[in-house]
Amino acid sequence: MKAAGLWIAGLYLALIALAAFAPDLLATHDPLQTDVRAALQPPSGAHLFGTDQSGRDVLARVVHGAARSAGIGLLATALALVTGLAVGALSGIAPRWADAVLMRVTDILLAFPEFLVALIVVAVLGPGGANVAIAVTIAAVPVYIRLARTQTRTLRVAEHVEAARILRVGRMRAFVRHVVPGVLGSLSVLATIGIGSAILAAAGLSFLGLGPAEPQPEWGLMLAGGRNVLGQAWWISVFPGLAITLTVISATVLGRALRARMEGRAA
Amino acid sequence: MSAVDVQGLRIAFGGRIVVDDVSFTVEPGECVAIVGESGAGKSLTARALLGLLPDGASATTERLLVAGTDAGRLGESGWRSLRGRRIALVSQDALAALDPLRRIGREVAEPMEIHGLRADGGRVLALLESVSMPDAERRVRSRPHELSGGLRQRALIASALAADPEVIVADEATTALDATVQARILELLRGIADSGRAVVFISHDFAAVRRVADRVIVMQAGRIVEQGAVDEVMRSPRSDHARELVAASSPVPRPASPSSGAPLLRAVDLSKSFDRPAVVGASFVLRAGSTLGVVGESGSGKTTLARMIVGVQHPDSGALEWVSPQRVQLVHQNPLGAFDPRWTIGRSLREALQAAGAPRALRTKRSLELLAEVGLDGSLARRRPHELSGGQRQRAAIARSLAADPQVLVLDEPVSALDPTVRQRVLGLLSSLQRERALTMVFVSHDLAVIAAVSDDVLVMQDGVVVEQGAVADVFADPRHSFTRELLAAGR
Repeated sequence: MKAAGLWIAGLYLALIALAAFAPDLLATHDPLQTDVRAALQPPSGAHLFGTDQSGRDVLARVVHGAARSAGIGLLATALALVTGLAVGALSGIAPRWADAVLMRVTDILLAFPEFLVALIVVAVLGPGGANVAIAVTIAAVPVYIRLARTQTRTLRVAEHVEAARILRVGRMRAFVRHVVPGVLGSLSVLATIGIGSAILAAAGLSFLGLGPAEPQPEWGLMLAGGRNVLGQAWWISVFPGLAITLTVISATVLGRALRARMEGRAA
Repeated sequence: MSAVDVQGLRIAFGGRIVVDDVSFTVEPGECVAIVGESGAGKSLTARALLGLLPDGASATTERLLVAGTDAGRLGESGWRSLRGRRIALVSQDALAALDPLRRIGREVAEPMEIHGLRADGGRVLALLESVSMPDAERRVRSRPHELSGGLRQRALIASALAADPEVIVADEATTALDATVQARILELLRGIADSGRAVVFISHDFAAVRRVADRVIVMQAGRIVEQGAVDEVMRSPRSDHARELVAASSPVPRPASPSSGAPLLRAVDLSKSFDRPAVVGASFVLRAGSTLGVVGESGSGKTTLARMIVGVQHPDSGALEWVSPQRVQLVHQNPLGAFDPRWTIGRSLREALQAAGAPRALRTKRSLELLAEVGLDGSLARRRPHELSGGQRQRAAIARSLAADPQVLVLDEPVSALDPTVRQRVLGLLSSLQRERALTMVFVSHDLAVIAAVSDDVLVMQDGVVVEQGAVADVFADPRHSFTRELLAAGR
């Protein structure tokens, strides 16, 4: 049962990856091609997911949207991981006052709901795909910083790091070789679980019109685009919505499995 | 009628038979010890008597009688009415076994309430007094963390006795305790047997068994390899494994080293405090090519002293005067923590060689030579620390400490986590390394028998103070300080 779930999640994400890197293999229509005569067609043989108000093929738009929608979430997670590692590890070895300043800033960020922080950042930076990625990064990064700092402090005084120091491995070298990789390991586990919520947050911002602009295909944006005609043409919103839901669930399922494996190995 | 009667016990764990065809009886008033190394199946056997096997383990028996009750086919509710009332467990880790939020008095009263017995304050107090809990009236209101390890173990035994069971199962109940405390708890368990209860005593250590048990059952790989009266088995063990275990429990004292080496290190009035004084005014001499044993109980300051010799910690006052600069290395107590868990053993060895200045091209070859020197197969270089056994890990840690070609090796409890026979082999390795490499060693241990077997000179520490020092043979033959005498008595 569990293995079957993992397989389905893995296969689905492989499909999303294929859509992101080679969309033309999965969709024959042009996602930007409008055709007013074929507007609001229900799913059929010619248009498997139907068409939208401008007659664009929904399947093509979902497939071509994969790179942008999943990509923003992935990029934001990767940025949060790297930033969290750098800031957290530095804070872990910084003098007391610098550590205190960094941690209070982090605490302030943590005090607000993540989505609210992301909204504020986009409001300041302006809409656009790259800005959404930055906003989601800033919203997610405090947790990474906190974890990286704690792990750095723990590992710095760990027995195996001390053992290396007694062997006369230099301070800097011991830090880079034994402390940083250990911290990175813990952060990766957090990231595998964070990817899902990052994708969701990015889609949420796009839904509000703060992400990529029309006519670019993006799942959150498409969800918003179909919302006024939901009664007549459910397919315009439902398919991109399904794509988001399945991606988030699959990423979370795989992330949890990965975490269980890594924690099992470390124990 | 026997208090415990087990015939044909067989335990399967994940499809593997881990205990096979184990049969024994325990009479009232008798203490029977089950001895074996980790993985021998002794703990599982004990748990089967209580119906407390871990998930995934299943037991079958031809006969399982506990205090006259046929326990072979009991359901969970049947076991519940048996446990505590007829048979009770005293486990190793009293801190984990006692509820941290509950006062000792409540803990002791609970079994009585469960089994519908009268549980008033007088009864609880009487129980605590029966296990020689000092100041029992005050301890009734203490919480577990406020008690020392020995007192916690007494509280645990009192709660095991609370519902007046016929059988007590003590699973490594004295293993984690200091020697002098252990001796007192063993005395207590012996008294419980003498009062007419049956005691099943699980241990890996013949030295403890000898002090408490009437009969002993030796287990190896899930089977009974020998059983008989303790005196008899210890005097003339018939099986190889029993012979090994008996030999390991009484290491032969090292012959006094003929040459007295020149002083290598003079420590003068060393002191170090953390929250409270850890080492107070320690002065001693370390002689070249000899082993200095440092013995003491937990909290005696022996580890702090060792760490100052290595230079990881600096004394608050006093001085370490090395006659000439020496390469000093430390072997940690816990080799699992001392290796980076993500790295293979080979990589950790190569790092140590690199730090010692070995050229890159030679590192792999040298690391394999080091493994061979400590008796490990080169294929282990590809494994990670958690994929090695405890003995292999400690050998690997010793190999790594040799990478820097040290002249002085400081070993902090290097064998205390190992099974007796493994311990013997590691001690043998250390003494041959000392001979071949002309190493000077500082050997820290809580175990007087181990110290006697490896040391030329000994420091006895108590509460941060070196209370006695001298040649091992002299100190053992004629201990001057009362604490040394107590330690020696506890080990006998």
